[in-house]
Amino acid sequence: MTNSDNVVSVTDLRKSYGGVTGLDGVTFDIRRGETFALLGPNGAGKSTTIEILEGYRDRTSGDASVLGVDPQRGGIDWKARIGIVLQSTGESGNVTVLEQLTHFAGYYENPRDVGEVIDAVGLADKAKTRIGKLSGGQRRRVDVALGIIGRPELLFLDEPTTGFDPEARRQFWTLIDGLKSEGTTILLTTHYLDEAAHLADRAAVINAGRIVDIGTIDEIGGADARVPLVRWRRQGIRHERRTAEPAALVAQLHAESHGEPDGLEVIRPSLEDIYLNLVGASRADALDAEAVLA
Amino acid sequence: MSNSTTTTRTSARGARGTTAGPAGGEKSRRIDSLGRSIRLGISRIGYELRVYSRQGDSVFFTFLFPIVMLSIFAVAFSNAGNIGAAPDGTGGISFAAYYLPGMVAAGMLLSGVQNLGVDIAGEKGDGTLKRLGGSPLPVISYFIGKIGMVLVSAVVQAALLLLVARILFNVDVPTDPAKWLTFAWVFLLGVITSCVLGIALSALPRSGKSATAVVIPIVLLLQFISGVYLQFTMLPEWLQNVASIFPLKWMAQGMRSVFLPEGFATVEQGGTWNLPWVAIIMGVWFVVGLLLTRMTFRWIRKDT
Repeated sequence: MTNSDNVVSVTDLRKSYGGVTGLDGVTFDIRRGETFALLGPNGAGKSTTIEILEGYRDRTSGDASVLGVDPQRGGIDWKARIGIVLQSTGESGNVTVLEQLTHFAGYYENPRDVGEVIDAVGLADKAKTRIGKLSGGQRRRVDVALGIIGRPELLFLDEPTTGFDPEARRQFWTLIDGLKSEGTTILLTTHYLDEAAHLADRAAVINAGRIVDIGTIDEIGGADARVPLVRWRRQGIRHERRTAEPAALVAQLHAESHGEPDGLEVIRPSLEDIYLNLVGASRADALDAEAVLA
Repeated sequence: MSNSTTTTRTSARGARGTTAGPAGGEKSRRIDSLGRSIRLGISRIGYELRVYSRQGDSVFFTFLFPIVMLSIFAVAFSNAGNIGAAPDGTGGISFAAYYLPGMVAAGMLLSGVQNLGVDIAGEKGDGTLKRLGGSPLPVISYFIGKIGMVLVSAVVQAALLLLVARILFNVDVPTDPAKWLTFAWVFLLGVITSCVLGIALSALPRSGKSATAVVIPIVLLLQFISGVYLQFTMLPEWLQNVASIFPLKWMAQGMRSVFLPEGFATVEQGGTWNLPWVAIIMGVWFVVGLLLTRMTFRWIRKDT
């Protein structure tokens, strides 16, 4: 590993399944203490990437290092340093939340306090309920609790808040903020762009097995994609213009129309808008490429 | 199993990396990790027993099945007279007494092969194994948990079976300590062999849902050809020879040597209980099961 500050280091990662390309040369690093989001549509390669890094899948080619270890060869000592929240919730309906966490805590050298973790995921009043009797969102919180019980240096969160109500999602964010402040490095995949914007320091947008863009949340998509959009109507016709100086444009419109312009909007693109643009653009590229090949 | 070898490799690498480490460092680390594996294995036994005892359906079908079957046979043939009776109708033993050793053997097989074969295939299907595979639980601890759970439940099952036979159906149980010694080793070796075979068999079903469909016909067939439900010597010789390849026939034979009167040995193949071969065949299947497990067991099916 070249940079010891990198907890995760991935270079030209490729994965094909019987001739079908799942990952087509993915490269990124995650620094210690950073929260990194992998964004992309279903089937883009997010879960394949995260499962390679968790040691569940073998790569076809390229290099991967997680906590200084090749995840394909990660042993017990390595697994004790990572925490995994899988995309799908499993099983174990027959034990209570408390029993499950107490049992799993025993796998680790220096686990977190079971009671504190149950409190932190908001299941204090369900501690003695069997997991099978919990709702989907509550089971998801058990998954998160199991992911952090071992005090991991690196936490993998694969779509952790699917099925959460808005309040539960906010609570989850608070929990993750707490982990971040303790220095936990986090790799997150999510379909909720507001979640990525809130939690992540940096993000990569992945589409069709390739990284389309990577950068801090403020940079991603480039400066142009963030230029505010001004919309207004004049004589029933809709106008819109991108400008770095929306206030000046609004003032000019105000002067020209001698009063309030109709339907005035100033829109600052959200991460979601930028993301949709990126994914849409790369999809259009891919279609073009296919057209050329055909 | 592949995971435990990886651990050893990693810890060996770690020990070499420390410059001024003591000469015995690697060895003591390995002992540490063995101690940890056993400690976690014991903690798994408690966890597995808790999960098992809370599953209504598997408790009924594997745990109570031999007891139910013994009761059915005992009641169905209660007026049929004794087996092995003299022409004047005296002597011999009741059907309950005759079926008891077969049911003990069936219980050993079901507790190991059926229980674990279905259970582990289900855990593969529902994500339990994936979660465990991502945690620092050694594979060997997982196996200790499963085998320990089966041993405890099999002992309780056999005790209940003997109690039912003794109290409800008035079957005489042996008083000779030597018989109980035979019982102990046949039981222990049989259950552990069944366990490793069950773990190996769990690799066969493609999904948790198909597990019972794959596993149950196998154990059912074995029970019919191995002298559990049908008197073994009534079977055609070629079928006896086929059954003799598999361990259940030998488990049942070992148990007959414990529970049936000495005179019954004459109707066995070769006219004796043949305990050395009981040990050898079960031992071979134990090793085969271990090797198959080692080759086939994975926390998850990679790349599906």
